[in-house]
Amino acid sequence: MKADGIGARLARKEDKRFITGKGRYVDDVRVHGMTYAHFVRSPHAHARVKGIDISEAMGRPGVLAVLTGRELVDDKIGNLICGWMVHSKDGSPMKMGAWPAMAPETVRFVGQAVAVVIGETRNQARDGAEAVIVDYEVLPAAADIKAAIAPGAPQLHPEAAGNAVFNWSIGDDKAVDAAMSKAAHKVTFELENNRLIPNAMEPRAALAEYNEAEEHFTLHTTSQNPHVARLVLSAFYNIAQEHKLRVIAPDVGGGFGSKIFIYPEEMVALWASKKVGRPVKWTSDRTEAFLTDAHGRDHLTKATMAFDANHKILALRVDTHANFGAYMSLFSSSVPTYLYATLLSGQYNIPNIYAEVTGVYTNTAPIDAYRGAGRPEASYLLERLIETAARTFKVDPAELRRKNFITSFPHQTPVIMAYDIGDFNASLDAALKEIDYAGFPARKEKAKKEGKLRGIGFSCYIEACGIAPSKAVGSLGAGVGLWESAEVRVNPVGTIEVLTGSHSHGQGHETTFAQVVADRLGIPANQIQIVHGDTDKVQFGMGTYGSRSGAVGISAIVKAMEKVEAKAKKIAAHQLEASESDIVIENGTFKVTGTDRLMPLASVALAAYTGHNLPDGMEPGLKEGAFYDPTNFTFPSGTYVCEVDVDAATGKTSFVDFVAVDDFGRLINPMIVEGQVHGGLVQGIGQALLERAVYDNSGQLVTASYMDYAMPRAEDVPSFKLQHTTTLCPGNPLGIKGCGEAGAIGAPAAVINAITDAIGNNSLEMPATPDRVWHAIQSGRA
Amino acid sequence: MYETIYHRPSSIDEAAALFAKNEDGKYLAGGHTLIPVMKSRLAAPSNVIDIGRIPALIGIEAAGGTLMIKAATTYYDIMSSTQVKQSIPAIARLTSMLGDPQVRARGTIGGSIANNDPAADFPAAVLALGATIRTNKRDIAADDFFKGIFTTALQDGELITAVLFPLAAKAGYSKFRHPASRFALTGVFVAQSKGGDVRAVATGASQSGVMRVGEIEKALKANWSAAALDSVKISPDGLLEDIHGTAEYRANLVKVMAQRAVESAE
Ligand SMILES: Cc1cc2nc3c(=O)[nH]c(=O)nc-3n(C[C@H](O)[C@H](O)[C@H](O)COP(=O)(O)OP(=O)(O)OC[C@H]3O[C@@H](n4cnc5c(N)ncnc54)[C@H](O)[C@@H]3O)c2cc1C
Repeated sequence: MKADGIGARLARKEDKRFITGKGRYVDDVRVHGMTYAHFVRSPHAHARVKGIDISEAMGRPGVLAVLTGRELVDDKIGNLICGWMVHSKDGSPMKMGAWPAMAPETVRFVGQAVAVVIGETRNQARDGAEAVIVDYEVLPAAADIKAAIAPGAPQLHPEAAGNAVFNWSIGDDKAVDAAMSKAAHKVTFELENNRLIPNAMEPRAALAEYNEAEEHFTLHTTSQNPHVARLVLSAFYNIAQEHKLRVIAPDVGGGFGSKIFIYPEEMVALWASKKVGRPVKWTSDRTEAFLTDAHGRDHLTKATMAFDANHKILALRVDTHANFGAYMSLFSSSVPTYLYATLLSGQYNIPNIYAEVTGVYTNTAPIDAYRGAGRPEASYLLERLIETAARTFKVDPAELRRKNFITSFPHQTPVIMAYDIGDFNASLDAALKEIDYAGFPARKEKAKKEGKLRGIGFSCYIEACGIAPSKAVGSLGAGVGLWESAEVRVNPVGTIEVLTGSHSHGQGHETTFAQVVADRLGIPANQIQIVHGDTDKVQFGMGTYGSRSGAVGISAIVKAMEKVEAKAKKIAAHQLEASESDIVIENGTFKVTGTDRLMPLASVALAAYTGHNLPDGMEPGLKEGAFYDPTNFTFPSGTYVCEVDVDAATGKTSFVDFVAVDDFGRLINPMIVEGQVHGGLVQGIGQALLERAVYDNSGQLVTASYMDYAMPRAEDVPSFKLQHTTTLCPGNPLGIKGCGEAGAIGAPAAVINAITDAIGNNSLEMPATPDRVWHAIQSGRA
Repeated sequence: MYETIYHRPSSIDEAAALFAKNEDGKYLAGGHTLIPVMKSRLAAPSNVIDIGRIPALIGIEAAGGTLMIKAATTYYDIMSSTQVKQSIPAIARLTSMLGDPQVRARGTIGGSIANNDPAADFPAAVLALGATIRTNKRDIAADDFFKGIFTTALQDGELITAVLFPLAAKAGYSKFRHPASRFALTGVFVAQSKGGDVRAVATGASQSGVMRVGEIEKALKANWSAAALDSVKISPDGLLEDIHGTAEYRANLVKVMAQRAVESAE
């Protein structure tokens, strides 16, 4: 392994600036003449806006403008779009209500903006916003799925009768019926997947500048995908033309999905900057983040799994209601459909699957992709079902899983996905060994003597990353292609810039991407600069989400590198008077194989740029670009096992051990991969034990601060034991699968299965708070 | 935050005079309650009088059977004080479980009891140990001080200068932390006075704030042991109920925390 190459545990290049406070985030950017936006937000979950009186606000010191939803409509600013069309099982397209960036008529969730105040200072804008008088006629609200689908529920959008956005299905209903009728055993389970709030460390922010002379906008924004932001803002919102809009996503402090989407605030900032003729900055405060960042999860599901007499799975039927909140956010429709139900086969051979998903509008913040996006919901459901089955059958949960594992690849599931490769037994075996499964009964007995309830829980997850083959997603309703782009620029002195369409907001791309290039050329990683996040610098790219940057983003870099290397070899062969096929790349040199004749990379690069002695007909320069469109999804998988102690007196869970064995294909930087897994596991444990967004019946967000929304802290999580069992992904050049979301996908079921095992009561919802666990123990006793 | 005028007096009298002179004033100690509510614009005092650096308000003294902690002493100084650890170790323990390092570095005992948050830790110790709250005007017995959530016997402008704890025969504190805020979901402070009197005080549990728990006191007076509480039943009536815990759960915690407090008592 090369010191800076693939597989090296290279320290993150970007950490120096992050740790020393030298990062540059949107709110750090200051421009001349900058003003500040403060939004006037609805305190009601559902209300008609009867009137907005801005007169007093306009008289407040420093207030430059008060703009309302009505003016947005007058200026023909487009409504927010949803970029993935989902059809109901009857063939009708999903039924979307209009989502204007500021509500001219009706507000549908607490925190929805109705007006914006532009002030000379942050405080003046805020003072002005307090002086805006909005006359609301409060309407009844439907604050959760059950309330929204109840007969006589308040109707949110005229377009969506009964608040149903769609009733979508996948799989073969009749085949599942037939299989069920022959089943020896059936296990039915109902569960909730709790609603989460992403809580990126850096809140969302936007700084919009309009240059009137050039009719050009610049937007600094907290985005995971600046080009997609530019495309959507220009193609649909009628704010700026694509070539007259530069979007810059500088350092971004965490996204977890929530910064994929184009939000009303960026639109309004751009529009307002033109209206007031001054740059406009908006930075979300923490309360606004709780209220308006797209939330995650929020499913109600009923499922039945059927088995034959030998405990082989025959069929799975799933009925899910998925909350979308008050409006359809950018990729929301794909999350509980194509990113969820397509993973319902898990690691198992399930010949028949049928799932129905009803999307529901409620008077709550919009819901969209959040770390794992649909896959955690699928995995949690399956892994609780199979665990329940094992308990019902009184068989070993690991062995029941093993018995049903898919063992030959490729494997076509009944729900679209074709798994290319994997070795589920390998990860299960490694996990059982690491946790000393054989010794568990003795440990449980010992814990019992010490007055503790010991439990063990499994989760064998599979997920789909590397989204995705453009043609495939196009056929499923995606409004975009999901390839990635890269450009490799070798400078005349031999240093390298890699321009990538991926966007790093914590993932460490500046390090791992450089390692890939360093590995190929045999040069130090610090000779390579990764450039991303600016539409003026980087060619169109799709951004980072869905653990795609390794599998798709790096693959594009590899493709571009292949072209660069081919050209460089030609130059070297020409100058060394050798045959091109004899040139090998070693330690930063181009060498004639078997000889000591060589040219350092810098000399090849210089030759390319001087153009004094190039092969006939060759263009000068050394710079190549590539687009990489994946051939399939990638399928990371693994086994998580956790062992817990529950304090019966208080219901508090503490971890004894947590083992995570993952198959991510090739690891570029194992240390960064471990960091990604740690973060994912902590978020998964957060979902399992702590986190829950709660709205009261009137639609007020009860958990709108850290006083009530419980984020996991270091003391809440164990020291993880990580391992990797590797099968290389056959679908991309380096065999990468992706590692960003696995932890959040696999952890929840492992934790809940361990707790329910410990307390001997399987009816427990997430988050398994001490209060809930204690009650479950009590009712188990009764 | 709205604009405000910041004052930094150097004596107790100067602080009181500033309060009297300025309309709508507020004392500021550690600021870990006041500043967040000002930042979210829920409080808007036009004058903030910082008492956090008045020398006469900082310090710990143990003498004549009393532990005196001056009002603006920080949690960190309390938890690391040898005098506190030697005279009433349960107070050091309570303080070490309070908030996080940042909160402990800034927050003060005076601010905590003046604020009287229903889930705060210190009010439980003050009431269970039968402490005296000394102000710039008078001495107030703990029994007369806490008047329901966020309410105390303090008059407008009255400044706590110190809290005087009589040394106890035994005292212990056990806290079940709120999963989100890390305040007390329920905490119980038990104390046996040198005269044999027993008090058990729960915080975080009751709708009316810090409360003595008669059933537990009675059982412990008869037999100072965790086992003595096994058969005690706490009624959920009047207890808090929210997304983090039902009243029934909190009733259970009152008992369990009391047992653990007794076990930890020294
Ligand atoms: C993240 C976080 C976690 C926390 N966790 C806990 C916890 O676990 N347990 C817990 O008990 N508390 C907790 N707190 C609250 C913390 O203890 C506060 O510091 C305390 O409640 C107030 O003390 P202060 O010195 O900061 O007071 P300040 O915020 O300065 O003042 C609070 C109030 O008391 C008044 N006041 C202050 N000093 C005096 C005085 N000497 N005389 C009269 N009035 C006075 C002020 O005018 C103000 O009204 C937490 C706070 C935060 C921010």
